[in-house]
Amino acid sequence: MTPETLARWQFGITTVYHYFFVPITIALSMLVAILQTIWNRTGNVRYLRLTKFFGKLFLINFAMGVVTGIVQEFQFGMNWSEYSRFVGDIFGAPLALEALLAFFLESVFLGLWIFGWDRLPKKLHLMCIWLAAIGTMLSAIFILAANSWMQNPVGAVFNPATDRAEMASLGAVLTNPVALVTLPHVLFAAYMVAGGFVMGISGWHLSKLRTAQQAGELSARQVEDLGAHRFATKFGAWVLLVASVGIIVTGDIQGKIMTEVQPMKMAAAEALWVSEGGDGSCADFSILTIGSLDGSREVWSAPKVPCLLSFLATGTWDGKVEGINDLRDEFTAGRIQDPDNPLQVNARPRLDALGVNDWVPNIPVTYWTFRLMMGLGFLGMGIAALTLFMLRKGRLPKQSWWWTGLMLAAPLSPLFANSFGWIFTEMGRQPFLVNGVLTTASGVSPGVSAFEMGTTMVLFTLIYGALAVVEVRLLLKYIKLGLPDVVEPEVITDDDAPLSFAY
Amino acid sequence: MEFTTLQIVWFCLIAVLWTGYLVLEGFDYGVAMLIPFLGKTEKEKRVIINTIGPVWDGNEVWLLTAGGAMFAAFPAWYATLFSGLYLPLFLVLVGLIVRGVAFEYRSKHPEMSAKRTFDWMASIGSFTVSLIFGVAFANFIIGLPVLALPPATAEAQTTLFKLTPSPYLLELFSPFGILGGIVLVVLFLFHGAIYLTLKTRGIVQDRAKKFAGTIGLAAIVGGAVFLVWQNAIVHPTGAIGWVLLVLAALGLVAGWWFVGRGGRPGLAFIGTSLATLFVAVGIFLTMFPELGFANPEGADKVLNLATAASQDSTLTIMLIAAVIFVPIVLAYTAWTYWVFRRPLSVDNIPDEEHAAVG
Repeated sequence: MTPETLARWQFGITTVYHYFFVPITIALSMLVAILQTIWNRTGNVRYLRLTKFFGKLFLINFAMGVVTGIVQEFQFGMNWSEYSRFVGDIFGAPLALEALLAFFLESVFLGLWIFGWDRLPKKLHLMCIWLAAIGTMLSAIFILAANSWMQNPVGAVFNPATDRAEMASLGAVLTNPVALVTLPHVLFAAYMVAGGFVMGISGWHLSKLRTAQQAGELSARQVEDLGAHRFATKFGAWVLLVASVGIIVTGDIQGKIMTEVQPMKMAAAEALWVSEGGDGSCADFSILTIGSLDGSREVWSAPKVPCLLSFLATGTWDGKVEGINDLRDEFTAGRIQDPDNPLQVNARPRLDALGVNDWVPNIPVTYWTFRLMMGLGFLGMGIAALTLFMLRKGRLPKQSWWWTGLMLAAPLSPLFANSFGWIFTEMGRQPFLVNGVLTTASGVSPGVSAFEMGTTMVLFTLIYGALAVVEVRLLLKYIKLGLPDVVEPEVITDDDAPLSFAY
Repeated sequence: MEFTTLQIVWFCLIAVLWTGYLVLEGFDYGVAMLIPFLGKTEKEKRVIINTIGPVWDGNEVWLLTAGGAMFAAFPAWYATLFSGLYLPLFLVLVGLIVRGVAFEYRSKHPEMSAKRTFDWMASIGSFTVSLIFGVAFANFIIGLPVLALPPATAEAQTTLFKLTPSPYLLELFSPFGILGGIVLVVLFLFHGAIYLTLKTRGIVQDRAKKFAGTIGLAAIVGGAVFLVWQNAIVHPTGAIGWVLLVLAALGLVAGWWFVGRGGRPGLAFIGTSLATLFVAVGIFLTMFPELGFANPEGADKVLNLATAASQDSTLTIMLIAAVIFVPIVLAYTAWTYWVFRRPLSVDNIPDEEHAAVG
């Protein structure tokens, strides 16, 4: 394999893995902050138990998110040094701001939260989890600004003398229309996972408690547990459901912006080879299609939804959606994706000089990941609705393999929808690193051998695999242990007294 | 070659971030390395871990910020260095991963054998990272040889650089490079032992204090040899280099004195912190203006402060952000240390680990 292929695989593996932990970190920190706030307001120990239970699961997840995140920051320089040199002027700034504004906030205040239960007054301690949760959100703002710039490189110009992109306006980078719509989309996606996580775990406990209840063996503590889990299941379900609605709305806007700034990605998402619509006709939405091996012909297709693609892409039922072949021909002939984007205009002669003539991403990958993302997202939404229905009027779910599977799918289907969404958006940008400006092939580190990239890729995969085993076992262990017994925390003043909270 | 004020300011800021990383995470690497050695019983080990538990993750962010700032302010520095030191940085990442999960996982596994494994992961991970950064900084003092790659287009005045030979691996381990690695490990062990003396009571404190007395001598001798070698032979920087050497030596000797007979571990900690700071300043002095690289004689394309830098608008915006947020970060970090100011002993450690929310 070439260094380019290996560098891409390494980025794919480490990033998809890292992102297993990100949605929970972003959204569960906030849900835990909300639970702790309810406890502070009501004084009801039920919410303290929920805070500690989900707080512990959050931290098991957070540790992995942190350590796999460091790899991300180093990787740009290690595997993609020419990319880093070319875009550092713009892309480096949000990364540095992320560390300075977000990572410090998360790390320091989470440390205070974990160890501060008996050192800080109640309200101050509550503030710590809120600040940590806000830190994770700030982190999303900066990293998505950086990523969105790769999709739609605004606020920059090309300097032929330094042979790199240079910042014209940080404000434009941070208010990139792609970033503005991607941020809520990604945040809602994170809340779907965390909502599904809380709902799935508590819902599973509920079914077990129901079995004990039916047998008439419910202890006083279990009665308490039942109330807490019932609350948490519904809480999680509502979070998942509301976030799903948010996902649909933001995803819809995203599609329209994508049609404008990355028409090729939209065509690839649909495997639309020839332009449709715009002249009195309209573009249909394909639910499932099987294409020929090279992806250039359609072999079989399920019935299409009339005119839906026109609407999704343009907002009108007869809007024109450009096809892959037409776009390829036009790009080859010199069309700039966004003629108002100075960087894309200025960098075009460079692309021509380098002989770039490939404009099409991998169609089967984009087509299928797009559908998997949406399908799994809708599945998660359906599970939330079903769960709320099953819990109506004090009812409890029956313990069964079916129910356990459903509760397992509640966090996993949105989680994998997140993964497929990212794979779609990054693969749909290919063969460019910076859309219309810098190709992926030319961003790879020239001084690093395929051997070095291959070895580290294998080793990262092995280490990540081993950590995944430990991680999943730990999560399952603490999920099964259920809600902990708690003592109301008090600030300790005696130097010799045992801490109520220590590692 | 002319450098703008902004470029010089950013070079200094990056030195500040690296110094923050070395001073702060330096002691938690030292403490983590010492877990298997200074803690005999389970509770003693937990005392050691809890002294850095609330703060180590925040300390690590200094490294991420330093890396991010290099990326933003000097993209060619970041790109050349990170791709050039590919395998060493991979080992750093593995070390950081292994130690990072160790603290969290340790508290969640009741079996003693698992705990021992995680102790060694924390210890060896911290050792690896310290050793590699020590070797790396020694090589920055020497200057990593670089060659300009052919430019992508005819008009391009600046290009990407790569280390030569490539991969640049065995060349890192010159005698001076190896000494750099050992000295940084010893310095962090000393710094960490002093921190433990400051933050613990009872048996753990006694052991940490005794260990600090021994490792302190090694740090003073090793540090002196390294710094004299640096200033006399490898990369002299004139009188200021020697002044920094003397200041660093004084800091180390003060650390050794105050942690032992002087009986003031707080002052000892200030001593080793200042020593680390002076060493870092001395190293960054040698990295000006070639950023720790060595360009070929008479080359028309060189990698240095000016050619590696982002343009002024990026540097200005980032400088404004740094001026506002670095003091805020320092303020809440200081508050954290104040909240967890009380020294710990085995009496403070609860039996139940489940009590921890973490």
